[in-house]
Formats: sequence, structure tokens, C-alpha cells
Amino acid sequence: MTSVEAARSDTINASPADMSAAATAERQQMAEQRQIADALSVAQARAKAAQAMVLEYQPPEGVADELLQADGSIRPVWRPMIEHLATRGATALAGDFARGDQYLHDAGVYYRQYTGSDSDVRDWPLSHIPVMIAESEWAELSDGLVQRADLLERLMADLYGPGKLVEQGLLPAQLVAQNPEWLRPLVGVQPRSGHHLHVLAFEIGRSPDGSWIVLGDRTQAPSGPGFALENRMATAKVFPEMFVEGNVLRLARFFRELRASLQDLRGPNQGHAAILTPGQHTDTYFEHAYIARSLGLLLLECGDLTVTPDGPMVRTINGLEPVSVLWRRLDSRFADPLELDEASAIGMPGLVSALRAGQVDMLNALGSGVLEARALMAFLPRICRQLTGEALKLPNIATWWCGQPRELAHVRDNLGKMMIAPAMSTALPFEVDGSTALGGKFRDNARIAVGEWLEEKGAELVGQQAVTLSTTPAMIDGRLVPRPMVIRAFAVRTAHGWEVMPGGYARIGRTEDPTALAMQSGGSVADVWVVSDEDVPPDSLTPRADGPFMRQRPERLPARAADNLFWLGRYVERAEHAVRTMRAYHLRRAAVRPLDSPLLALLRADIARQGMSEAAVPPELLGLFTASLACVGHVRDRFSDDGWHALSDLSALARDMSKRPMGAGDSAARAMSELLRKLAGFSGLVNDNMFRAAGWRFMSMGRSVERGIQMAGTLANFADPNAATGGLDAAIEIGDSVMAHRRRYAVATQRETVVDLLALDPDNPRAVAFQVERLRKDQSRLPQRYDTTQMGPIGRALLTLSTDLSVAKPEDVGSDRLRDVASRLMTVSDMLSARYMS
Amino acid sequence: MHYDITLEIGYRFEHPATAARTLLRMFPINTSRQTLLHGALICSPQASERRDEVDFFGNMLTSLMFSAPLKNVLFRFEGRVQRIPFDGGLDLSPPLAVLQREIDGVASLGPHSPHHYLGPSERVQPVGEIAAFGQDVTAAALTTLEAVLAVSRGLHALFDFDATATDVATDPAEAFAQRRGVCQDISHVMIGALRAVGIPAGYVSGFLRTQPPPGQPRLSGADAMHAWVRAWCGRELGWVEIDPTNDLRVALDHVVVAYGRDYADVSPVKGSLRSAGPHKTQHSVDMVPEVLSTAG
Repeated sequence: MTSVEAARSDTINASPADMSAAATAERQQMAEQRQIADALSVAQARAKAAQAMVLEYQPPEGVADELLQADGSIRPVWRPMIEHLATRGATALAGDFARGDQYLHDAGVYYRQYTGSDSDVRDWPLSHIPVMIAESEWAELSDGLVQRADLLERLMADLYGPGKLVEQGLLPAQLVAQNPEWLRPLVGVQPRSGHHLHVLAFEIGRSPDGSWIVLGDRTQAPSGPGFALENRMATAKVFPEMFVEGNVLRLARFFRELRASLQDLRGPNQGHAAILTPGQHTDTYFEHAYIARSLGLLLLECGDLTVTPDGPMVRTINGLEPVSVLWRRLDSRFADPLELDEASAIGMPGLVSALRAGQVDMLNALGSGVLEARALMAFLPRICRQLTGEALKLPNIATWWCGQPRELAHVRDNLGKMMIAPAMSTALPFEVDGSTALGGKFRDNARIAVGEWLEEKGAELVGQQAVTLSTTPAMIDGRLVPRPMVIRAFAVRTAHGWEVMPGGYARIGRTEDPTALAMQSGGSVADVWVVSDEDVPPDSLTPRADGPFMRQRPERLPARAADNLFWLGRYVERAEHAVRTMRAYHLRRAAVRPLDSPLLALLRADIARQGMSEAAVPPELLGLFTASLACVGHVRDRFSDDGWHALSDLSALARDMSKRPMGAGDSAARAMSELLRKLAGFSGLVNDNMFRAAGWRFMSMGRSVERGIQMAGTLANFADPNAATGGLDAAIEIGDSVMAHRRRYAVATQRETVVDLLALDPDNPRAVAFQVERLRKDQSRLPQRYDTTQMGPIGRALLTLSTDLSVAKPEDVGSDRLRDVASRLMTVSDMLSARYMS
Repeated sequence: MHYDITLEIGYRFEHPATAARTLLRMFPINTSRQTLLHGALICSPQASERRDEVDFFGNMLTSLMFSAPLKNVLFRFEGRVQRIPFDGGLDLSPPLAVLQREIDGVASLGPHSPHHYLGPSERVQPVGEIAAFGQDVTAAALTTLEAVLAVSRGLHALFDFDATATDVATDPAEAFAQRRGVCQDISHVMIGALRAVGIPAGYVSGFLRTQPPPGQPRLSGADAMHAWVRAWCGRELGWVEIDPTNDLRVALDHVVVAYGRDYADVSPVKGSLRSAGPHKTQHSVDMVPEVLSTAG
């Protein structure tokens, strides 16, 4: 109990009846004084601890620091955080940090790390201490960003419209004409909404004098708002009290505005609003799926879309449905192989034509990447004054295009303070690569002299003031150390103008080198807390009870998502059946001799029929798990994180097993049992938790089809009259029906009882007939034809199959008939694909 | 001079091509030196959707969509074009050393602004050997136009016209290395060489009269769509068109269909039809002077 609490309980425990009014008053007064004194001493102790912590914290000379002011004192906005860090204690803090990391891991936040030709999925590198910025300072920053966003829109409208800036000499023609992101087919195309830019990001940093500057504009398809939200969730878990009581401005409003503007943009045809992603192999796919899930948007790849005379349509299991708004997360050039990059495999032919016809709105408009070229920064200050009569409120990094004699001379004379890079580069100033010369030298030293480079290629180069970034505290090995940082800020266009996210995310350098901020070079990422002087009410993205702000459309399952879920079901079931068969083999392999006995040969043949090679954990089985994961990867926006983890673990376990030396027989059988338990875990998770929407139904149908095919195939081999002795028992074991058989038939296993139980029994969840009935039920819940009430071809095929199995007698169902049933199920699978999944 | 022109491009697919989108640039444009008197672009079977537009470079662009599977498709342009006589004029082009300053003076992003034609484009990327060739043959040129003519002459001497050596996708570097190719390859190489010495250069697709005037040899490239080059020779002279395949300045025998930076900007048929599995192509051009056609 702290002394403050002790003081309070004293007063409460005293019984008023025992004392006079005066005594009570006196006691109360004393208690209050003690309380104040105690509180003061606590505050002093905290301040002292904070001071001690900060003593060790020494920002480099010549840069601004987020935590400390120029005179070395703590900025007021940081004080509560530093005091918290200083008094929390190392163990508790480590626990807090771990909680944040665990959250990110459970939420499945990852990014892709590129190493040469390969890419790896890595955990999200959270730097736990947020960057603290006072609301008043942020308001000024936002003001500058809004002005910049408006300016960029005007620039964009001119570059894809009248081209006046070039004609008036405010922008050199060649900087536009040679910009690979200036897409000629888009010139003259008016966005339906009247605006080209809707979602922007800005990379901002603090210069040594304490003022903010813009280091780069991200206009193409800025990533990050979703990551900012995830950082916020994780950081709020690390500092729960600080976050709740610390007057931190909330992000929810920004996302509500974003969602509202997407809905507003849908225009007259009220089609879908969707996120257009290049697919799961892109480094920010997690974010695309995350935002789609959080905002209730469809997540589409170009393959989901087709452009009809009425505009872009998404292929769903209900047929084609119009798409009105596409939040584009792929680069413009790849968006339409017909009119843009012919080689693009991820584009949608006809998209440009649809944009020209005003059938769809795109955020941001195609071609918006033109604004990211570094060289434009050299001209923005003047363009701003010309267009608006005002100076830039928030300056951008000083930039000189070397295609002009005066600027070239300036850059040459100040090489030591310059970063020189290609004029069209869209890299940020802190991303130094081989094509960049810093301080008069190339990083790899292998190139020609910088002076000669400037002379020869001047018009293709820009010089930029070498960046000096401010530092912010990071906790490394239990110590608070200064690390360089930049902030990515976000703005979205709403019905009432640009809205700037109060926050964003900061990139924090791994070392003191300000050119190694990118996550790809080992940097980390931190939340940004904008702190108000006043109370901030809690707010969240979930709708309030006093009225929905968005009408939910009935769920529409894109055909490709259905396809992936269907195949997920098939692959997982195929794996399970294979594992069961292999376990049956290895159990007998340990006991039966000789090794070429007919029974073992029969089992080996059935394993081969299922496409598995001889190894204890065959590569083909690993392939099935990989394929299953790929299917889930395509539908991350519709699949639970737990399900994803269960499947990843399963795949990792199998991979791990395949590397262990493992002989045939007992140890292999044990391994198979372990895999079966994991498989059952995954199935249980999916069956118990997955919402019974169309998506689940496709997965279920995939499982039924596969189980029916595999069971019929296995029975055809094992229950053949000429099959080896012991085959029938093996079949019952593979069909997981040993107990059922014992209870149901008071006789020894015979061909008829096995066929009855595993093929014809509609109550056995492993039987073929059961799969057919389940398929009928699932299929009847899918969208049917609108124009007739007659049964469709799939329903007819299933009913015929169901009837055949219902009236069949076990003795009539021979191996050929079982193979025929398997082949009819394959036909049903094809029919389902053709009808719903393409 | 009036020409009656027929251009047919057809595809026959082994397996019917499913829903397809296609862009056509088969319609001659109007320029200061030619007028389209009448013409029609017909497609059979008829497309389910058709839009006729003008592209960035001022070319006629027809975009088609077929929703039914296609086994055969034929695009046919038929029309009459008037070519207006002009002479090459005096060589008022600046020395190469001064050309860049004149380019810088053009403050425009219009379709004929030289700025579009100086940097790399999709099909014409910088190639060291081609640049060296360009520098070599233009070393002695006193004016920009002389440099352009020198490149055309040099390429004509170097290249063998060979329709079997290359295809529509051949890279200029490869064509240059084997010194063989058709008008498309020679034009791409010439564009690369001109840009390398700082001369803005673009690609022209069009037609060449099928039968030469009496007593003159038949020109190469007349039985299919032809291609040549245009080069920007300074403020005064502007764009000059030159046919490196036949090493001559374009005059009355050529009819322009489309302008662009390279083939990718002007290809007569572009789209999913082209890539729809095994197919056979038919491509024929007929360009006959009006006097002949009425007489015959």
C-alpha cells in the first residue's frame, strides 16, 4: 500500500460517532496535508528517478532530440513516460514489452524481409517506447501537411491536365516527360470524384534547429495506416495506464473518416468498395488484409476482377457484381497490361478504359507516383507561392536539380553536405543505396568520381541536403539510448477536407547512422503519441451503439476466395487421409514379415495411389501443407489468426519431422499419430469457430469431396475380393471406424460389413455416402439460378449419386463401382469450380 | 496524291480465345502532310463493345471487347488518304552542340514536344554498342539533320533486310548485333542511336505504296505495315521523317498511321488476343494510287 492510499484509509476507518466535529475537521486537515506532502515526495522521487535515467541518455552533438530540449531538460510531454520507465523496474518493464510483442505475434503482424532473391517472413520489429509529441506542435505540423496535400492535388491535376506549370516555366518539361511514373495514357483522364489524391503519406523529420521538414511524399499507394494501427494496439498493451490516462489522441476517427470517404466515393452505382492488392507475395500484404478486415472492405486481386462494358466487376460466387471504388495498393504501371506495362501479370486489362469512362474511382488515381520523384521537391516551394500566394508552411528537404547551371554549381561547391542521387528516384533521403553519393563519396566507392558524374549526367541528378535526423529514446539492453527517427504521417481526403491521422509511425534506426532506418536494414518501428493537454475520451473503431455509421452489404464471397477455401479443404483432407494410410502401414511394417508380404504391398500401393513417395515423411505431404498455407495466404482477410497459426505449426512440425532420421515402422507411426492430433486440432478449430458463411461452406465442400474420393479409392483397393488378407481391417482403421464396426456388426470383418460402414452408411462421418449428403446440404445453401426453380446440374448430379448409394446393397458395390463413385465426385468438384469459383 | 488503302490483320486460334480486349491503331491520322478523306475500320465478328478514342500522341485508338469466345477474327481498314506534296526545305537545323539548348527552350508536354522522345522508352533502352555507332557516324555532321541522315545511311549500309531474322518482340540490341531485321528493328536501332547523340527521335507506323511509280524499284516493306523514324531537328526545322530501311526522306510514298516513342506506343493490334495461345496471323496491306485503281 502506498502512503497516499494509507492516508486515505485512515480517514475512512475513523468512526465519526467517537469524535467531536472539531476533532474531525482537524484530523481531516492533517490527513490532507500529509496526503499532499506524500504525493509531493512521490512526485519528487519519480522526477529524481527520471532525471537519473536521463543522465545516461546522451544525444549526439548537432542534432535535435525528441526527449530533451536544447538546454538538456526533459520536454514536458515526455515527463510522465520517462518517470514511468524510470520507476517501473526492469523486470516489470521486460514483461510489459513482451506483452506487446506477444500481441503482434498473435495478431500475425509480419513483414517480408528481402535477402537477395529470397524473401522471408519476419516478426514486426516494434520499438516499444512511443515517440511523444505535444498536440499543439502536431496541429501546426498537420496544418502544413494539409497545405501540402492540396498543393500536390493541384500539381497532379495539372500534370494530367492542361500542363500549365510546364508552359509557365515553373517545372522543366523533361522532369515530367522522362518520369517513368508519368503515364501518358492517363493524361486527360478526369477522375470521377473530381480528385486524384485521396490517401497520402508524408515522411517527416526534425532538423537540428528543432523545426520539422518533409523528407518525402508518398503518393503512389502509401502503405502504413494499418501498421500504425497495429503499433498502437501493441503499444497500448505495453503501457496500458499511460495510454488510458495520458491524453493520447485516438486513431479511430481517422479510420472512420477513411471508411466513410470510401463509401461516399461509390457514386451512383453503389458498387463495392475494395482494396486492390498485388497479392500475398507483396511485402505489405498483411496490412492489406488487416485493413480490409478492420474496415469491412473486399480484398481483391486483379484476377478477381473483369472489366465489362458496364465497368469493373468482381467475380463472386453469386456472379459478377459492380465495383465502384478501388483503393489501389499496387503500383500504377502494373494496373493494366493493355494500356500500361504490357508485361504486367497482376493487372486488369481494360482498367484504364473504365477510368476514362468514369465507371470507377481509384485511390489514388493511376499515375500518382509521378509526384514521388525527388526532383519535384526542388520546384515545390516556387510552385506553391505561384499557385497559392503563400510559402510552404512546412518546408521540404532542400533539393537542387542539377540540370540548371546555377544549381549544379551549388551542388558541386557543397559536395560535403550533399546527397546526390538520380532525379527520378523515389527513394527516401535516408535510404542510401548504390546510386547515391553522400558527402562526395559513393557508399561502395566503386564508381566514377562524383564531380565527373555531375558533369556528365547533371540533368539526371539532384542534390539534396544530407539529412540530419533528430533522435528519440529507444530501450536497448535495458538502457535508454538516442536513435535517429523519421515519422510517417498520413492524410485522407474527406467530405470536409483533408484529415491528418493524429499519430503515425516512427522508424527508428538500429544504430546511430541516420541512413539505416529502413526495416530492411534492421531498423525498428514505434508508435507516435500525440498528447493533448486536455482529457481525451476513449474511442474505438467498432461502431457505437447509438446508430450504425455504415450499412453492411450482405457478404459477397469473391470466386477466387471460394476457390482457395475449397482447395484448402481438399488439401488438408488429402493430407489427413495420407497420414492415416501411412500410419496404418507403419504400424504393420513393425509387426508383419516378410516385408514383401501382400498386405504391406497393398498398403504401399495405396500410399502410392495417393501420390506419396516412400519416405517416412514424404516431400509430397509437405507439399500439401505448403499448398494449404498458400490457400490460406490468399484469404487471410477471411481466416482466423488461430487457424493460420495452427496450420503453420502443423506444417512446421511436418517439416521438422522430415529432417529427423526416422526409420519405417514404430517411430514413423508415432510421428504420423502426432501429425494426426495436430490435424484434428486444426479441423476442430475451424469447425468450432468458423462462421457458417459461404466461405466455410466451400471449405467444407472441399473436405467432403476429397474425403469421398479418397475413401472410395482406398476401399476399392482394400475391399477388393482379391485383396490381401488383413486389408479389410486396415481399411476400417484408415476410416477411423474400428469401434463403430465392432458395435454395429457382431461378426468378424467381412467385405460386406466394411463396404456398408465406409461407403453406404449415411451416419458415419467417414463414409462416402455421408460426404455426398453433406455436399448436397452445403450446395443447396449456395446461390442458385435466379431464372428457374428447376434443380441445377450440380444438384442433379449429387442427388443421382445420393440415390445410387442409398439403394445400393453392399454386395453390389464392387471395386469398379467404388472407382466410378470417386470419378463422379471429381466431376462434381469440376462443376463446382466452373459454376462458383472462376 | 490520293491513295486507296486496305489493311487486313486477322487471327485464327487453335483453341477459341475467351473474352478478350484488344486495342487497334490501324486508322491513318490527319497531319499537315496528309488528310484522311474517308475510311472505316471494320471488325468481324463484331465486338461486343467498341470505343473510338484519340491517344496521347494523337493517334486513333479503337478499343474492342469480345465477350464470346473467338475462333477467327479479322480487322480491316479501308479508306482513302491524300498526301500533300512538300519539299524538304533548307537545312536550318542547328549544330548538335546547340540542339539541347533548343530542346530546353520547348516548355511543353504536348504530344509533339521533343521531351518525350529523348529518354529511354519501353522498347528502346540505352544500348552501348548502338550509342557508340551513333556517335561514330555523326562525328563529322555539321548540323542535326546531317547527323540524322548519316545515321540512316549508316544503318542502311549495315543492315540486311531479312524478314526471317527477327520477330515483333526482338530487342534492338539483338537486331543490331546480327545486323539483320525488318523495318521495325532498323527503326528501333536508329531511334536508339539518335537519342544517344541527343536527338529526340520517335517511331512512325504506316504504309508504303505497294507498287512503285514506273521505272523505279519496289521499296522494301510494302506488303505489310511499314515503320520509319522521325527526328526533331531544332526549333526551325522541327520534325523530319526518314525511312532508314530504304534510306530516304519520307515524301509522297508514305502514309502515316501512328506516332509514338517506339513500337509499343503504336502497335496496330495490342491486347489479350495476341497472347491467347497458338494462333495463325494474317497481315496484308494494299496501297494503290487512285489513278491506278480507277484505271484498273
